[in-house]
Amino acid sequence: MHIERPRDLAEALAGFDSHPRATPLAGGTDLMVEVNLSHLRPETVVALRRVSELQTWDDRFVGAGVTYARLQAGPFPALAELARTVGSPQIRAAGTLGGNLGTASPAGDALPFLAALDAEVVVASHGGERTLRWDAFLVGPKRTALRPGELIVGVRLPDHIPARQAFGKVGVRQAMVIATVNCCVVRDEEGATRVAMGAVGPTVLRARAAEQLVSSTSRPSPSMLEEFQRLVSDEVVPITDHRATERYRRHAAGVLARRTLERCLAP
Amino acid sequence: MSETLVRRPPVRGGVGASVPRPDGVPKVTGRFEFLGDMHHEDMLWGATRRAWVPHARLVRVDVTPALAMPGVHAALTQDDVPGHRYQGQAVTDQPVLAEDEVRYWGEPVAIVAADDPETARRAAEAIVVEVEELDPLTDLDVALERGAVFRHVPVRRGDPDAHGEVVVEGTYVTATQDPAALGTEAGLAVPDGSGGIDLWGPTQWTHIDLKQLAACLALDPAQLRVQPCRLGGAFGSREDLSLQTHIGMLALRLGRPVKMVYDRHESFVGHVKRHGALMHYRHEADRDGTLVRVDARILLDGGPYQLTSNAVIANSTYFAVGPYRCDHVTVDGYALRTNNPPSGAMRGFGANQPCFAAEAQMDRLAAALGMDPLELRLRNALGQGDRLPTTGQLIEHPLPTDEVIRSVAAIPLPDPADDDDPLHLPGGTGMTTPRSRVVRGVGYAVGLKNLQFSEGFDDYAEARVELTADGAVVHTAAIEVGQGMVTIIEQIARSALGMSNVRVEFDHTGRIGSAGSTSASRQTQMAGNATLEAATAVREQALAAAGGDDLDDAGVWRDGALVASLTELTANGPLTHHVRYRHRPTDQPDADGQGELHVDFCVAAHRAVVDVDPDLGLVRVVEIAIGQDVGRALNPQQVHGQIEGGIAQGMAHAVMEEVLLDRGVIRNPTLTDYLLPTCLDAPHVEAALVEVPSPWGPFGAKGMAELPTMSATPAVAAAIRAATGLPLTRVPIRPEDIAVPDPPPDDPEPHPPEAGGR
Repeated sequence: MHIERPRDLAEALAGFDSHPRATPLAGGTDLMVEVNLSHLRPETVVALRRVSELQTWDDRFVGAGVTYARLQAGPFPALAELARTVGSPQIRAAGTLGGNLGTASPAGDALPFLAALDAEVVVASHGGERTLRWDAFLVGPKRTALRPGELIVGVRLPDHIPARQAFGKVGVRQAMVIATVNCCVVRDEEGATRVAMGAVGPTVLRARAAEQLVSSTSRPSPSMLEEFQRLVSDEVVPITDHRATERYRRHAAGVLARRTLERCLAP
Repeated sequence: MSETLVRRPPVRGGVGASVPRPDGVPKVTGRFEFLGDMHHEDMLWGATRRAWVPHARLVRVDVTPALAMPGVHAALTQDDVPGHRYQGQAVTDQPVLAEDEVRYWGEPVAIVAADDPETARRAAEAIVVEVEELDPLTDLDVALERGAVFRHVPVRRGDPDAHGEVVVEGTYVTATQDPAALGTEAGLAVPDGSGGIDLWGPTQWTHIDLKQLAACLALDPAQLRVQPCRLGGAFGSREDLSLQTHIGMLALRLGRPVKMVYDRHESFVGHVKRHGALMHYRHEADRDGTLVRVDARILLDGGPYQLTSNAVIANSTYFAVGPYRCDHVTVDGYALRTNNPPSGAMRGFGANQPCFAAEAQMDRLAAALGMDPLELRLRNALGQGDRLPTTGQLIEHPLPTDEVIRSVAAIPLPDPADDDDPLHLPGGTGMTTPRSRVVRGVGYAVGLKNLQFSEGFDDYAEARVELTADGAVVHTAAIEVGQGMVTIIEQIARSALGMSNVRVEFDHTGRIGSAGSTSASRQTQMAGNATLEAATAVREQALAAAGGDDLDDAGVWRDGALVASLTELTANGPLTHHVRYRHRPTDQPDADGQGELHVDFCVAAHRAVVDVDPDLGLVRVVEIAIGQDVGRALNPQQVHGQIEGGIAQGMAHAVMEEVLLDRGVIRNPTLTDYLLPTCLDAPHVEAALVEVPSPWGPFGAKGMAELPTMSATPAVAAAIRAATGLPLTRVPIRPEDIAVPDPPPDDPEPHPPEAGGR
C-alpha cells in the first residue's frame, strides 16, 4: 500500500493528480471499517489530516476536514444537534464532514442539513475547482459526482441561514446509532420552510410538497401539521432493510418531520 | 487475663466484604492483558477460511493457492485433523472443519498459519472452496415436522383432564440473542518441544476443553495443558470450543506457536448464541386466581450441532411455568436442528425464553381474572415445601419467591419525569420526542432457575489449599470470566482460615483436577465449597499441629498468645489439603420428566419502568428494580455489578438485541447493527438483596448472576404493554411493533359481533 502524506492542499491535489484512483483518508471512521471487513484494499491512500486548508471553518465555508466534534461546538444549532448523534466521542473526534459527503450513505447524518440549506460542495483537482449543489453531488446511494483526481475541499453554506432550524433522528438506541430516519428543518422569518429527509430514499431528499404547504403561513394550524406529516410520508421513498421496514420508515418520516418542524415553530 | 494479650484484627477481605476486583482498574485503564493481547516469540498467525452459505454440499477445497503465497506455512482441512474429527461437550457431532457439508453460514472449512495476520487472512481468502448450495432448514415448525430434533423433553404431571375456569392462550417468540462479549475469540497454542502443547483459548471450563482437544489432536491429556485465560467476557459463549482445535492443529503441524484472533464479524459466527424460541402456552386458573393447569410447547432453534442444546431444552422445559405452584402441567420441549447459527449456552441457559412467555401469560391471566398481576403471582408463589410444577420435585430448601416479589414491590417508584433533557426521553440524542408524547408503563416479571448442573450429571469441583510461611494459596482450575471468582475464592478461604494473607492461583489442567464449568451459577457454590472444605481442613491441621485454638496471618494462637509462627508451622513443608467437592446427586428424569432433577433453585423479581413514544415506537427504559435471592452476598459490590450487567443484557433483549436472520444468513454481524445498550440506554437500577441463607452454599451463598438477566426481558415487555395496550408477543420489541403494529396473528378468541349485528 502506497501512502501519500501531503502537508497542504496543493500537495494533496498533486497526489491525486498522480494517483487519480487514490483513496482519501481523513478520520477513517468509514474507510477503516471497509478495510477491516476486507471490502476494500486501497492501493494508494492520501492521508489528509495535515492539510490545513481542509480544517478551515470560515463563516460560510466549512472545510471537509472539520470533525463532528467541532461541528457540535459550532454556531448552527441543527448542525450541532446532528453532530451529537454521530457515533461515540472517539468517532466524533475523528470523523469529518467531508467523509460524510464522500461516503454518501443515504443515512449520512450531516446530509439533511446541507440539503435543507441548499449547500454547495466544493471539490478540487490539480486542474482547478468546481462547485456542485448538494443534489448534483449526491447522485445515488454511496455514489457521488466526484471525478477521479478530485477531492472534496469543503461545503459552502448560503449567506442567509435561518435561526429556526432543527435536526431529528430516529434510531433504536439513545445514542451511537445509524439513522432509521433523519431529518432537518429550517424555516425563515417569512415562513419559508425547507425539509430534508435522510435514510428514506437513495439519497437525502427534500419533501417539497410538504415544504410548500407550510411555507405559505406564519402559523400552521394543527390540521395543516397533520397534512404536512401526511405529505412527508407520501414524498419519501424508503426501502425495507435490516434496520427497519419500508412501512415504518414512511410513517416515522412523517412523524419526525412534523415534530422537527414543531421545534422550529416553538416561540 | 495476661496483660500481653494481643487483640488480633478481624480477617480483612473475608466474606461479606466488597473486596475490589484486582483486575478492575487494569481493565478500565487498558493495562490488562486480555487473551487477544498475548504474544509469543516466533509465533505465527492463524486465520480461518469459512463458507458463507447456510447450507451446501462441499464439493472441493483446494489449499494450494494459499500455500503458494510467500509467508504462508500451513493450510489445513478436515483431512488434517490428527485425531477424532468431531467435537462437542456431550455429543461429538461438530466437525472440526467442514467435511462433506456446510451446515451454517460462516462454518470453518480450512485454516492457515502465516507470518503475519494480513498474510494469513489473504491466504485464507485464496483457498478455493467450491460448494453446491442446498436448501437451508431455518423454520422451527418445518424442522419439527421433519423430525430434525436433537432432544424432546416431555413433562406430564397431574391429571390431563383437570381444567380451570379461566383460560388464556398465546404464542410467543424470542429472537436469537448474541452474547457479544467485547473481547472476541482469541487463542495461542505453544508447542512444548516434546510433542505436547500449552493452549490458551476462550474457555469457561478448561477440563472439558482438554477432553475434546486431546481427542481431536490425538494427544495424551498429559501432553496438553489447557491454560486459564484472561477473557473479555463469556456469558456462556465460551462453553463450546471455537478456535482452540484449529490453533492446536497448526501448532502441532508446524512445531511453532500459533496465535489467532477473530475480528468482530468473524466473532458473530464464531461463538454460540441464545436459542431463538417459538412457544405456545395455555394457562388455566380458577376465578380466585389459583393456577390449575399449564400446557406449553417450546421449540428452540439449536442450529446444526448439538453442543449444549440437550441441556438447554431441559431447562426450558422444567422452568416453563416459572416460580408458581401448579399441579397439572404438560410441556413438550424440543431442541431442533436447523441451518441457523449454532446455539448454546447463554446466561440463563434456556430458562429465559419460557420466562418471557410464561410471565406474559401471567399478565394475561391477571387481566382475564381482573386481578392485580402481583397479587396473582403472590397467590401462586412457589416456596419451600411446594413441588416444582413441572418435575414434581419437592422444594426442600427455602425459596424466597414471595419475598423477592414483595421486596421489589416495596422499592419506591421513580418520580414521574418532567424534565426535557433529550437524554432522558425516548430517542435520546436524536431529539425525536417531546415529553408531552411520552407514556409511562410499569411491568413486573419473576424468574426461576436451577443452580448447578442437573439430571444426574456427576458434577464436582476440586480445590487445594496450601499453607506456607508466606501465607495461604488456593489452587483451582475454576475460570474467571469477569463474574468474580477472582475475589470470591480468596474471600471464602480467608474467612475459613481466619487469615487475610490468602491468594488464589488459577491452575492449568496439568496441575489440578477439574473445577467444573464457570456456568450454571455454580462456581460460588462448587469451587467455593471445595475451597471452604480445603481451607477448613488446613486450619484444623494447623491448630492440631501446634495445639492452638486460633489461626491468623501470624500463626497459631492459644489462649490469646502466639504459639507457632507460620514459618515454624510449615518448617517441614506446607500444610495442604485437597478436596473434590460434589453436590448431592440428582436424578435423571423418568419418561414423564419427573424426578429430583435439580440441586437447588434461585428466584428474582423485576419491575421495569419505561417511557414509550407510541407514535415512533421508541422506548427508554427508565429504571429496573429487582428483588434478588442471593442466599448470602459474599461480595455485595460484585453482586450489584452482576445485577446491573445482567439487567442491561436482559432489558436490551427486550428492546434492541437481536441476531437478524434471513434464511440462515446473519444480516447484522457488526456492533453497528447488532445493537448493545450504551450507558444512555442502560436503566437506573435499584436492587433489594433477599438474604435467605442457602443450607449448603458456602456461608449461605447462592450463585446469582443469571437471574438478573432472565426476568428483566419480560418485565420490560410487560411495561411496554402497559404503556401501549399492545399484545407484543415477541422480543425484541421493534419500533414498528409499537408504531405501526400488525393485527395480532394469533388472537385466540374471535371478536364477538357487535350488538345489533353488522
